[in-house]
Amino acid sequence: MALFQLSRRDALILAIFALVVITMPVWTAPFGANYPGLMQKFAIYAIFAIGFNILFGLTGYLSFGHAAFLGVGSYTAVWSFKLLTMDALPALLFAVLISGLFALAIGFLSLRRSGIYFSILTRAFAQMSYNLAYSVLTPITNGETSLQLTLQDPRLIDLALAPRGAGLPTASLFGMSLSGLSGFYFCAVVLLIAFFFAQKVFASPFGMMLRGIKSNQMRMSYTGFNTRPYALTAFVISGMYAGLAGALLAVTDPLAGAERMQWTASGEVVLMTILGGVGTLIGPVIGAWLIKYFENIFSSFNEGILGRFFDFVPAPLHDTVVAIASKFVGEGWQLTLGLLFVLVVVFLPGGIMEGVRRIGALFRRRGSPPKAGAMRVQPAE
Amino acid sequence: MTTSERNVVLHVDDVSKNFGGLHALSDIDLEVEEGQTHAIIGPNGAGKSTLLNVIIGRLAPSSGAVVFDGQVLTGRKPHQINQLGVARVFQTPEIFPELTVLQNVMVPAFAKRDGAFRVNILRNVAGEAALRDEAEAIIEDVGLSDRRLSHAGSLSRGDKRRMELAMCLIQHPRLLLLDEPTAGMSRHDTNTTIDLLKKIKARGMTKVIIEHDMHVVFSLADKISVLSGGRIIAEGLPDDVRGNIKVQEAYLGGAHRLEATH
Repeated sequence: MALFQLSRRDALILAIFALVVITMPVWTAPFGANYPGLMQKFAIYAIFAIGFNILFGLTGYLSFGHAAFLGVGSYTAVWSFKLLTMDALPALLFAVLISGLFALAIGFLSLRRSGIYFSILTRAFAQMSYNLAYSVLTPITNGETSLQLTLQDPRLIDLALAPRGAGLPTASLFGMSLSGLSGFYFCAVVLLIAFFFAQKVFASPFGMMLRGIKSNQMRMSYTGFNTRPYALTAFVISGMYAGLAGALLAVTDPLAGAERMQWTASGEVVLMTILGGVGTLIGPVIGAWLIKYFENIFSSFNEGILGRFFDFVPAPLHDTVVAIASKFVGEGWQLTLGLLFVLVVVFLPGGIMEGVRRIGALFRRRGSPPKAGAMRVQPAE
Repeated sequence: MTTSERNVVLHVDDVSKNFGGLHALSDIDLEVEEGQTHAIIGPNGAGKSTLLNVIIGRLAPSSGAVVFDGQVLTGRKPHQINQLGVARVFQTPEIFPELTVLQNVMVPAFAKRDGAFRVNILRNVAGEAALRDEAEAIIEDVGLSDRRLSHAGSLSRGDKRRMELAMCLIQHPRLLLLDEPTAGMSRHDTNTTIDLLKKIKARGMTKVIIEHDMHVVFSLADKISVLSGGRIIAEGLPDDVRGNIKVQEAYLGGAHRLEATH
């Protein structure tokens, strides 16, 4: 069936990626990142970044407002929990639908402009969404106290099947609780499905047309393409990915706050994509994992840990080294991230994936003696 | 006009274009017959590219209209004009630099097959064997087979032009507009391109060509219109135009180039 077909290369990539994601609890252990809460974030923000990349990486339209859709997804999921059931699937479904509708409206208006003006428009709509969620729409969003589960929630479907329990419920999948490690595995499976769908988009004629829009939009229209609906479709798909990610945030922690829609969250996904490699499939995932790792692990380092780390430094210098290094961890983790970002953009404009490609090319050259014609450019398929 | 003899496929009807106070085009009337190659020549700044831009919908005329095959092009969007069967080669090649030559040529084929907009996420480009074969055949026609997997941005300017021509040809347009298709090409490449354009002509494709190179013009044109100062100052068969005094005046020092092609 066409739906499940992948090229052999894509199928191999998917298999390797699945292995990496499923074994995450093992390989994150040496980095001290193997706790479910963080691994859930790895999976969720990877989905967010993969979806963002379908818009930014393929069409070149840089949105600075995608956190709005993340927030819409979270609110929708929490409402699904409150009104209907704690089961995760309806929550994800509603979140994807509603965030898709939001993306349709915002994308329709924003895509009337391109370049920097498009970015500013998306940024403005996201700020409006944030302010609406924070104050005006308090009956829906519960304003600054965040939307949460309560003991009085109707939960029509759940309570029709079983009596109300004592405490607040947690999200579930067909009765299985989705907290901790099972929550991570749920997110991991959703991530793999999201990754697979992105592969389909990348390999499809539709994906090729989006690349054409990024490369030369004028040529696209003189070639007979109506470019705006193409860009709008990409916008809606990426908005749905963001909504899906937002819903998963609510699944792992049933709570939705306006801060999820703030512009810093929109900027974060841009950084993830650029850091990992714009327009590549794996890049945004790596970017998301790096940034979430820095945010959660680097920020927890304190002077005590650094002092032990720099034990090898002779005593007179020790305190100075620790004092300097401490500026880059703990509260200053963003300083390290900023430096990393600058280094990548200056030396590897294609992101970390470009570095991977360069290293790969280095090995290939060393592996086989250079022959005439060996330098021919590789096909991009 | 007897349609049995003269089947006019493109009709430029009394078109004027002003940029502020500048009259770039004044009262242009042009009739292009089906299957013919109609060359528009004239000195720099005569308004040739402006005329082409009006035909293709990139510029709106200040007055007048362009009619293609009974349908008014004026006011339509570029992609609609293309979908009616009009393709264009630009003066500066408009290509997809980040895509490979093969992909560059395949993209227009999708526009021809699937129309102006289609979300076909379930299909795979790698599985489009028929389209790829057709693209590879046309790439071979323009002599770029050995570069078909190179990124288009890395091609020489002459190669980019030939690739852009292939991008238009794969759509089998009914009308092909060429804006200096051989500019920046070596003599050898120019002759290859002339041969290629002659081959297309045999298939009955109508062409409007803007060209400086008189060798190209007299090799290809069935009819020539001479543009100067935004007006058509002469029109006719190549031999008539060649001997026209007004044309030689318009070109001034360029007159000897007309002679040189005898």
